[in-house]
Amino acid sequence: MDLLHLVEQESMRQGRPDFRPGDTVRVHVKVIEGGRERIQVFEGMVIRKRGSGPNATFTVRKISQGIGVERTFPLHSPRVDAVEVVRKGQVRRAKLYYLRNVVGKAARVKEKR
Amino acid sequence: MPKGILGRKLGMTQVYAEDGRAVPVTVIEAGPCPVVQVKRKETDGYEAIQLGFDPVPEARLNKPARGHLSKAKVKPLRVLRELRVEDGQFPEVGAEIKADVFSAGDRVDVIGTSKGRGFLGAVARHHFNRGPMSHGSMYHRRPGTGGATDPQRVFKGRRLPGRVGNARVTVRNLRIERVDPERNLILVRGAVPGVRGAYVLLRAARAAAKKA
Repeated sequence: MDLLHLVEQESMRQGRPDFRPGDTVRVHVKVIEGGRERIQVFEGMVIRKRGSGPNATFTVRKISQGIGVERTFPLHSPRVDAVEVVRKGQVRRAKLYYLRNVVGKAARVKEKR
Repeated sequence: MPKGILGRKLGMTQVYAEDGRAVPVTVIEAGPCPVVQVKRKETDGYEAIQLGFDPVPEARLNKPARGHLSKAKVKPLRVLRELRVEDGQFPEVGAEIKADVFSAGDRVDVIGTSKGRGFLGAVARHHFNRGPMSHGSMYHRRPGTGGATDPQRVFKGRRLPGRVGNARVTVRNLRIERVDPERNLILVRGAVPGVRGAYVLLRAARAAAKKA
């Protein structure tokens, strides 16, 4: 493998679980608050994965107090402490942007079994 | 002794800093560079060291180049570049300069040959505004006037279409993010002139030297 890819590999985190759009995940984010570091959990559905190598990101959507909230995380960021897969979803497209326009029953995603 | 090294641009990627921020970097394969020649005031009229980089089979070089390199007792090398000596301290001929001349946090100037863009019009080359594309305009991407009629000539320096790129470019004051002496790699923050595989010269930043 050429040296450029080796460097890229090193800036990537090993052991990220395999998850896909439609899956529900818990993202453990390190946040620095008043000089102290703690872990915050953001749980929601993955609606997009993009990029390759160290610059890959994924977007998680959740409904918080009735308002849709989306956060995009770099997949390999050291700030993302861990990603847990809570539920596997069965979806037929790669980008689930349609979820932004639907609420309640229509916003459900079938579980993959 | 001047601080600098020759290298090959491998390409760009991103790495994460300790605080988790993503940093765009150019990966440069730097050195090892033997000192091929030392130029002194008495013999050459100025003070510099000549560095070599990129070993090649001997048959790839012409006789003058072979002779020049064998005089320094170094392997056949494809590129030779000079660095000015400012402090009057000279390394030995044959001494090897490796990636570890720099360390993370240093500031460098990177000199290379920019990508050739070919012959471009005035709109692309000098950011001239174009005319309307429709409504019978017939004046689309032309360079406009050559100047006033009174001097009866065009002044030098008038911006016109022409070749762009493939020229020596210096990008100043880039930060070294990481150095990997084992694999001869230097990661420089930001972009560096040239195509992937292009030769570049890294030298300690002039701006930083002035301040000190």
